[in-house]
Amino acid sequence: MSFISYLINGISLGSVYAIIALGYTMVYGIAKMLNFAHGDIIMVGGYAAFISMNSLGVNPILAVILSVVICTILGLVIERVAYRPLRNASSPLAVLITAIGVSYLLQNLALLMFGADTKSFTSVVTVPAVVLAGGKLTISGETIVTVLACMIIMIGLTLFINKTKAGQAMLAVSEDRGAAQLMGINVNGTIALTFAIGSALAAIAAVLLCSAYPSLTPYTGAMPGIKAFVAAVFGGIGSIPGALIGGILLGIIEILGKAYISSQMADAIVFGVLIVVLLVKPSGLLGKQIQEKV
Amino acid sequence: MKKLKLNKTTKNNLITYGIVILAYIIVEAMLAGGQISSLMKGLLVPLCVYVILAVSLNLVVGILGELSLGHAGFMCVGAFSSAFFSKCTAGMMPDGLRFFLALLIGAAIAALFGLIIGIPVLRLKGDYLAIVTLAFGEIIKNLINVFFIGKDANGFHFSMKDAMSLNMDGGDVIINGPQGITGTPNDSTFTIGVILVLITLVIVLHLINSRDGRAIMSIRDNRIAAESVGINITKYKLMAFIISAALAGVAGVLYAHNLATLTALPKNFGYNQSIMILVFVVLGGIGSTRGSMIAAVVLTLLPELLRGLNDYRMLIYAIVLIVMMLLNWSPKALEMRERYSPKRLLAKRKEAKEAK
Repeated sequence: MSFISYLINGISLGSVYAIIALGYTMVYGIAKMLNFAHGDIIMVGGYAAFISMNSLGVNPILAVILSVVICTILGLVIERVAYRPLRNASSPLAVLITAIGVSYLLQNLALLMFGADTKSFTSVVTVPAVVLAGGKLTISGETIVTVLACMIIMIGLTLFINKTKAGQAMLAVSEDRGAAQLMGINVNGTIALTFAIGSALAAIAAVLLCSAYPSLTPYTGAMPGIKAFVAAVFGGIGSIPGALIGGILLGIIEILGKAYISSQMADAIVFGVLIVVLLVKPSGLLGKQIQEKV
Repeated sequence: MKKLKLNKTTKNNLITYGIVILAYIIVEAMLAGGQISSLMKGLLVPLCVYVILAVSLNLVVGILGELSLGHAGFMCVGAFSSAFFSKCTAGMMPDGLRFFLALLIGAAIAALFGLIIGIPVLRLKGDYLAIVTLAFGEIIKNLINVFFIGKDANGFHFSMKDAMSLNMDGGDVIINGPQGITGTPNDSTFTIGVILVLITLVIVLHLINSRDGRAIMSIRDNRIAAESVGINITKYKLMAFIISAALAGVAGVLYAHNLATLTALPKNFGYNQSIMILVFVVLGGIGSTRGSMIAAVVLTLLPELLRGLNDYRMLIYAIVLIVMMLLNWSPKALEMRERYSPKRLLAKRKEAKEAK
């Protein structure tokens, strides 16, 4: 029974990773950049929800919406101010370093505004826990909501990309930016939209993450951010189903590794598995193999 | 008297060495005059460490053209292996000899790790290489934290659980998991640091200007073309990677012998540190050895110089970083700089005068 409960915990954590990984993977697929500040947007989302619930006293649902709105605006502002001017820079590393700068900026702003002490986050989930198998197996409300949210987001996003014009424009830009521009697609607008969606997802992930692990500091986003990035690479960066599979597998590996091998070595196990996967299949589980032309 | 004729690269290299030696003389003079605060004195050896790290990472990022985010991992390997050696042999040989051997061991073991990681990893390209090197750095940091090695009359004991399970018979614990290594002999000095910086520069600059260096740069510029003229891609990639790892190991040795307690924290050996080194390289100008060196010094001093601003210093640091990147790399900003550069304005004025 304990194995099944570990597995469920893993899926729950993995669903959060998957939602964050979506943000990474979409931005990478379309803007071809690693957004190192993504983890810190999660942290901002966490604080936004925390402040609006505890200081402003709004109800949890409204707090989540507020957090999503704040993160979306933040994502758009960062994209406009810091990333767009560097889009055609001669080295792709320039925008990567700028993203690192943005990450430091957000962390230190949060440190100044909210202090370094850990805030304890009250769960936004009111769904009761489900008890199965005569009390041997308990599935918490947070787990149910997280997994459901992940599924809804996945289905919604897939429909959005395949059925709407804006979604098709995203696909076109990710395929060939120059050709998309010639077809009359607003490339800058499409990239901004991608950042907006990624940041909104980060806010949702923040609320879910903080509900399950209720401690909030200015560095909360950093490790889940890196893990989600690993998940995105694991599943094949640029692929949306890849982010889901990568995220959930990573969550399961992490929780099972903690439970059965060694709790201190969980991170080493996660990263070790990543290396092995990439060596066997260098473009990730569902990544596209791109042929190099001479 | 025949005038000594130097070609451009030799001249450039001599300027780079000159800067280091001049900086050393100035700092020593200021130290003798007592004009350097104790805080700054504590920064002298770390400055050398960061310069070595930046110059060696530049070899991979700038010259080989591959993004590595695990440089702190090699530094960590060098630091722990050499500290382990120094602690085991403390008192068995003269300090100078021991430190020299520690340097060789740190460099050799870091190079070995560079080889082990490099062979599989260099098959990957671009961002995938970046993420695997990042993962490697995190694994090293994580493993060091669960390592326990003790030494007693029966020899060495090893465990990956805790200090109790070493089953020690007296003796002492050398590597104590998260508590790391305590009591490493304090061998690093500013002078040794500067000598190591110079050796690093000689190795790197010599490599860049050699036949091998040009082969490495040709891989960066066009891998397929390089391969088609018969350059052994794997060999040269590995060469750059291993030399870079060994030099990072040297930086680690210098770092370890400057501290009383060596622990593997996210702060000193985590991915943040690797990224910090990458920031030095990129801000200094990718591919420019002298630039990496200067950026490492400026960016290490900057947070300390801003110390008066207390809480705001890291915030200002972040803003400076973003603004510098935007000004140096954005095509629009470059165009503006070109248009309003003093040189051009002067030329314009001259032109106007001549037209009259």
